[in-house]
Amino acid sequence: MIVPAVFLQSTNFIDACYIVAFSLFIYGMSGLTGPRTAVRGNKIAAAGMAVAVIATLLTKGIWHGAATPWLIVVGLLLGTAIGLPAARRVHMTAMPQMVALFNGVGGGAVAIIAWIEYRHHFGGDYPLKSEIPSLFAAVVGSISFWGSNIAFGKLQAVIPSRPIKLPGQAILNLALFVIALGSVVALAAGTHSQALFIVGVLLVAALLGNMVVLPIGGADMPVVISLLNAFTGLSAAATGVALNNTAMIVAGMIVGASGTILTNLMAKAMNRSVPAIVAGGFGGEVAAPTAGDGERGPVKSTTPDDVAIQLSYARQVVIAPGYGMAVAQAQYAVRDLEKALEGKGVRVLFAIHPVAGRMPGHMNVLLAESQVPYDLLKEMDEVNPEFARTDVTLVIGANDVTNPAAKNEPGSPIYGMPILEVSQSKSVVVLKRSMASGFAGIDNPLFYEPETSMLFGDAKQSVSEITAAIQAL
Amino acid sequence: MSLVTEIAILVLAGFVGFAVISKIPNTLHTPLMSGTNAIHGIVLLGGLLLMHEAQGWFEHLLLVIAITFGTINVIGGFFVTDRMLEMFKRKPEPEPETETEVAGDAEAAEEQP
Repeated sequence: MIVPAVFLQSTNFIDACYIVAFSLFIYGMSGLTGPRTAVRGNKIAAAGMAVAVIATLLTKGIWHGAATPWLIVVGLLLGTAIGLPAARRVHMTAMPQMVALFNGVGGGAVAIIAWIEYRHHFGGDYPLKSEIPSLFAAVVGSISFWGSNIAFGKLQAVIPSRPIKLPGQAILNLALFVIALGSVVALAAGTHSQALFIVGVLLVAALLGNMVVLPIGGADMPVVISLLNAFTGLSAAATGVALNNTAMIVAGMIVGASGTILTNLMAKAMNRSVPAIVAGGFGGEVAAPTAGDGERGPVKSTTPDDVAIQLSYARQVVIAPGYGMAVAQAQYAVRDLEKALEGKGVRVLFAIHPVAGRMPGHMNVLLAESQVPYDLLKEMDEVNPEFARTDVTLVIGANDVTNPAAKNEPGSPIYGMPILEVSQSKSVVVLKRSMASGFAGIDNPLFYEPETSMLFGDAKQSVSEITAAIQAL
Repeated sequence: MSLVTEIAILVLAGFVGFAVISKIPNTLHTPLMSGTNAIHGIVLLGGLLLMHEAQGWFEHLLLVIAITFGTINVIGGFFVTDRMLEMFKRKPEPEPETETEVAGDAEAAEEQP
């Protein structure tokens, strides 16, 4: 059967394709509610994307012009040539960087499209119905592009991950925001200035993106990445409104909703408001008063052999991993330890704090990579009642998320943050490189408690030594 | 399409998004983020739709960059999400050792091409 080209190119057919596409996005995403249906869900969403792209390529007139087909093909091939190898090779420990980078390019594409739209309507025939969403997309897309690149730089350690702050940063940010808003209003009100668009919108938003992310410390990254994710989504939805494209509107809103939900979850897990985090991480100032190590009691240090004996005779062991496990790439060693303990009849659980690591779900992905069954990973609320029944808790490269000061020291900067209540278990072993404090320089009273012992050294090596000792018993 | 229709779609999509995404467990939050990265790659369509209207080398260049960025999002996002999701395994019930070995091998074989 030959389908006439006239039918394929009709607006009705293409609009129908967009409806199929966004239905597939929604259906695919609903598959992500469980690990068993998730692989299929992702493939369904990808099929939806294929439908949307093919429908767009069928649109009448888009191949018009001698160079157009070549340029489209070059863009598609270039994107595939960069995206595919990156997706195949990236290490799971580098996922936060990858997500930040992908977020950034999305925001960049949005900003560019808004710019082109503006250039084409330069001269005054831009209906407000399209102009306002387009301006919104330009601002938010540009913030997302630059903010994500800074986040990438911090996660990749190209830029120091500690908060970088200028004096009067909050006022400066506010001023930049007001300038961007003012420019948008002026442009929408009918000022047709190419320069105002480039400087007042794109450039100011770019500065704002830099300024907002630079002062944010490493441990606040999960919130920032989620927030930028929401930004890119909302700006994509706005582009959809500007271009009258339903698939873009729906897809953008799904991403916007997802980013917003994650941002709120992360902020709640740190007991901090999103504006407070965006206004700048708690760096330098709070570190000073609590830095005096000598005033707390002595810390007890232990050896891998002792830990091995402790673990082997336990009935239940909880492992609480943090960013340190990712840095030391210790996830495989941890899996081996879990298997060795299981072999000895010890029940092993993993306690995952929502903000452990540098992005939502970071620890889960690392442990999935090393083939730890996901049913052993317990969320904070689920695992906290377990600690009272736990003989040994092993804290691997986590610090602030286990800090009891969050519960009982009202003066502490992290007071009120929900934590893993590891100190309720009969004994705690903390694997740590040295006595250095967490990202905020907050002292952790857990280390000085009588039931806590410290195992200093590289997490991966320490865990391997413990496993070897257990197997030798 | 009228602005009102578009805003209606926008608002409804927002609610659907909230309803669907809030059911996703913490375990899958990283794949969720990379999956949504792939979905916002839909801005690629904007680049495709505008290319024929571009004037001058500068606009053409910008749009090639936009299409490239969007394609990186789409292709990279869906692939890396697939790679991640394939790793999530339940605790195998009968013989733990061999079961996981087999699963691992099958996966390795699949990734070869």
